Amino acid sequence: MNAIGLSGVSKQFGRFWANRDISLNIGSGSIHAIVGENGAGKSTLIRMIYGLLTPTDGSISVNGHVVRFTSPRQAIAAGIGMVHQHFMLIPDLTVTENIILGDERSALFATLDRKQAARKIKTISENHGLEIDPAIPVSELSVGEEQRVEILKLLYREANILILDEPTAVLTPSETGQLFATLKSLRNNGKTVILVTHKLDEVLSVSDMVSVMRKGRIAATEQTSSVTKGDLANLMVGRNVLLRTENPPEKTGKLVLKVSDLQYRDARGRQKLNGLSFEISSGEIYGIAGVEGNGQSELLAMLWGMIEPGSATSGSITVDNITLSSKTPAEIAAAGVSLIPEDRLKHAVIGEFAVGENMIFGRHREKKFRRFGGFDTNSIRSYTNTMIERYDIRYDKQSNPSLSSLSGGNQQKIVLAREIERPGLKLLILAQPTRGVDIGAIEMIHKKIIATRDKGIAILLVSSELDEIISLSTRIGCIYKGAIRQEFSPEDVRKGRSSEQDFEKEIGMFIT
Amino acid sequence: MKPVSVMRKRIISLVAPLFAVMTALLLSTLLIAATGRNPLMIYHKMLSMTFGSDYGTGQIVFRTTSLLLTGLAVAIPFRVKLFNIGGEGQVLAGVFAAAFTGILLPPQTHPLIAISICSISAMLAGSMLALLAGWLKVRLGINEVISTIMLNFIAQAFVGYMLTWHLSVPSTVHTPEIVQSAQIPMADAVIGIWRNSPANMSTVLALAACLGTWIVIFKSTAGYEMRAAGLQPEAARYGGINTDAHILKAMAAGGAMAGLVSTNLVLGYKHFYEAGLGSGIGFIGIAVALLAYAHPLWIIPSALLFGFLEYGGLTVNAYVPKDIFMMVQAVTILMVLVLTKKPKRP
Ligand SMILES: Nc1ncnc2c1ncn2[C@@H]1O[C@H](COP(=O)(O)OP(=O)(O)O)[C@@H](O)[C@H]1O
Ligand SMILES: [Mg+2]
Repeated sequence: MNAIGLSGVSKQFGRFWANRDISLNIGSGSIHAIVGENGAGKSTLIRMIYGLLTPTDGSISVNGHVVRFTSPRQAIAAGIGMVHQHFMLIPDLTVTENIILGDERSALFATLDRKQAARKIKTISENHGLEIDPAIPVSELSVGEEQRVEILKLLYREANILILDEPTAVLTPSETGQLFATLKSLRNNGKTVILVTHKLDEVLSVSDMVSVMRKGRIAATEQTSSVTKGDLANLMVGRNVLLRTENPPEKTGKLVLKVSDLQYRDARGRQKLNGLSFEISSGEIYGIAGVEGNGQSELLAMLWGMIEPGSATSGSITVDNITLSSKTPAEIAAAGVSLIPEDRLKHAVIGEFAVGENMIFGRHREKKFRRFGGFDTNSIRSYTNTMIERYDIRYDKQSNPSLSSLSGGNQQKIVLAREIERPGLKLLILAQPTRGVDIGAIEMIHKKIIATRDKGIAILLVSSELDEIISLSTRIGCIYKGAIRQEFSPEDVRKGRSSEQDFEKEIGMFIT
Repeated sequence: MKPVSVMRKRIISLVAPLFAVMTALLLSTLLIAATGRNPLMIYHKMLSMTFGSDYGTGQIVFRTTSLLLTGLAVAIPFRVKLFNIGGEGQVLAGVFAAAFTGILLPPQTHPLIAISICSISAMLAGSMLALLAGWLKVRLGINEVISTIMLNFIAQAFVGYMLTWHLSVPSTVHTPEIVQSAQIPMADAVIGIWRNSPANMSTVLALAACLGTWIVIFKSTAGYEMRAAGLQPEAARYGGINTDAHILKAMAAGGAMAGLVSTNLVLGYKHFYEAGLGSGIGFIGIAVALLAYAHPLWIIPSALLFGFLEYGGLTVNAYVPKDIFMMVQAVTILMVLVLTKKPKRP
């Protein structure tokens, strides 16, 4: 029996086909993963199943019956539920109230039977490992717990087909494990789960079937047990990709960055950094592993002179014995430091500016780009062209588009090119350098990072992707509650790389 | 898909103002017809008394000149996402400052020096007023729309008081004339056209201001930083740009442009300040800037259109109420806003 059947489904936006001729069967009582790079059309596909979009062509059936949903309401009635990437919960209401909201089953102005609802919620959560206290307000929950509430909401409404769009993007490693246990338990109880993700390890560890999407089409649908990570990656990109970046031994030089005893108390009085110290020498990559919210953002803010007003900080930061504390971003950059911030779109580029204008953004004070009171457009153009070639940046040059119309990977390459090629660079700070970037581009970005290290530049890498940290770093520091809790030496890391699973677990113990 | 949508955006931004003007014209035709007049007759009269005549053209040029400057006064701060509603007050401050300095100057001052001193003091006066609003914004986060409106009232009250109590020529509502050397020659006297109309050589100055502003905003490094600060303030700060400084600079420059209106009204035409001089010009400047998407060169045709509607309305006032043309102005702006707005729901 198929829970969902798609035959010849297409979706067109303007002249662009986001989904093209998709035929796919999702077996009842299975976990079916849909993988693909950003923009492959995964979200479009499930939004059609959930009634948020209507297909341009083709037909969708649920439990064998052809349906044509025009709104999610109809999908819900047919037993389909979806966990959105952005949760739709009301912070001031309790877990129970949030779950029954919109499904109160009582007449207007009649009292709610909260007790019975709470009992039902308790049973569901015990059966599927969805631990939660139904009586506390949602505002006190962690992100992982909020997601559990979203899933409970669907189960409370007796949804039989659950759709999750990139559910692990916001979770810690242990929360991810817990979520997967829940999904398996649901599957064993006969529910159907559609899991959208771009992380291949997750697919392999949890799904029964996997469909790979590429450029709006289904490239393949396979039994998960019969494919490898490499197969999936090749199918996603459409060519052979190396998942493991070549990482030759490094030659470490003299000390560049010295961070000692950083303290950071934010405007609301919360201690975000608590005696954080580490050092980086030239020619090495220092990876900071940790769950988000353990002080990474505050460390980056201090390194870049962007401390929030109202917060109290202390400690010292020096680059080549020049102190950076109380300097502005412009002065820090002039001292030979580059930062690739986490939120590229918000902090590293101007979406409306053209590619050339972004290529010099933050470096526009350099003499070689200037002429009289303005810019030397010839020098900027030739510099941009050089970078486009060196970093394999792809876009339609003829139309001189604004940056925001480039893909995420190409935008990130522009930022990377600009920051790596800064004259007199001593320290490169990378925050989540491959977030939202396609596998094909990740390979290239990782290579550039290693090459930069080999030019004798000190690199700080902050990433929540453990495999990225492990494959690139010379040394690894585990950040937990605003301090480095454990540091792994180059020997540890080299050894760890040969048995990555165990190493990830070991690191995991120090960051939670 | 992406390049297509970029192209489409560009085309929309070119066509929208034209379409808006056409719609407004259509509306005015209907309104004129509703008053019982023949729209064609009215348009014919209007054209022959404006662009069709030497004097009428001069009148339009004169009005356009002021609007170029108040348009810039709105457009420049708009680049850093600030909405300068204070054009009225800034024009007033400038006009008054120019008239006041013009009285004080010794009569034998060299014309170039006299004109420069008067214009600079007018620019400073307009600037100071705008800068105050900018400072309130940067320091305390006070909304510039509110503060500039309040400053309009303050400027009006102050200038009104100074005029009635200290500076007016007895039993009139104007100040004494400025010295001869501070007066900017009429267009008629220099190039021999637009006879008897108030058009004067300050138009050249206003056009130069548009060109200069365009160069600064789109070609200079300061303009690059300013645009970045307006489009993406957080990114600008990461890129080492002092966004607060750019907000202050943009407000100061906007106020200075409003102040420069005095070259047209006082130095070029009236030669004194009288109650009500320059009133309303600051507000129309908002419309001029909006229609031109705050682009310093598009402001030129935009100001010309509004200058034409302003004077054109007057010429046919005997047949149809000139208020019809005020409505046309307002409808044009509303249409542009509507056409360039992305719909909230797809
Ligand atoms: N409402 C829309 N209008 C136009 N294009 C869209 C719309 N939604 C998605 N797209 C385009 O469709 C493609 C696939 O998007 P999506 O389904 O979100 O991909 P994924 O979830 O795999 O990252 C992208 O190129 C995206 O820009
Ligand atoms: Mg998606």
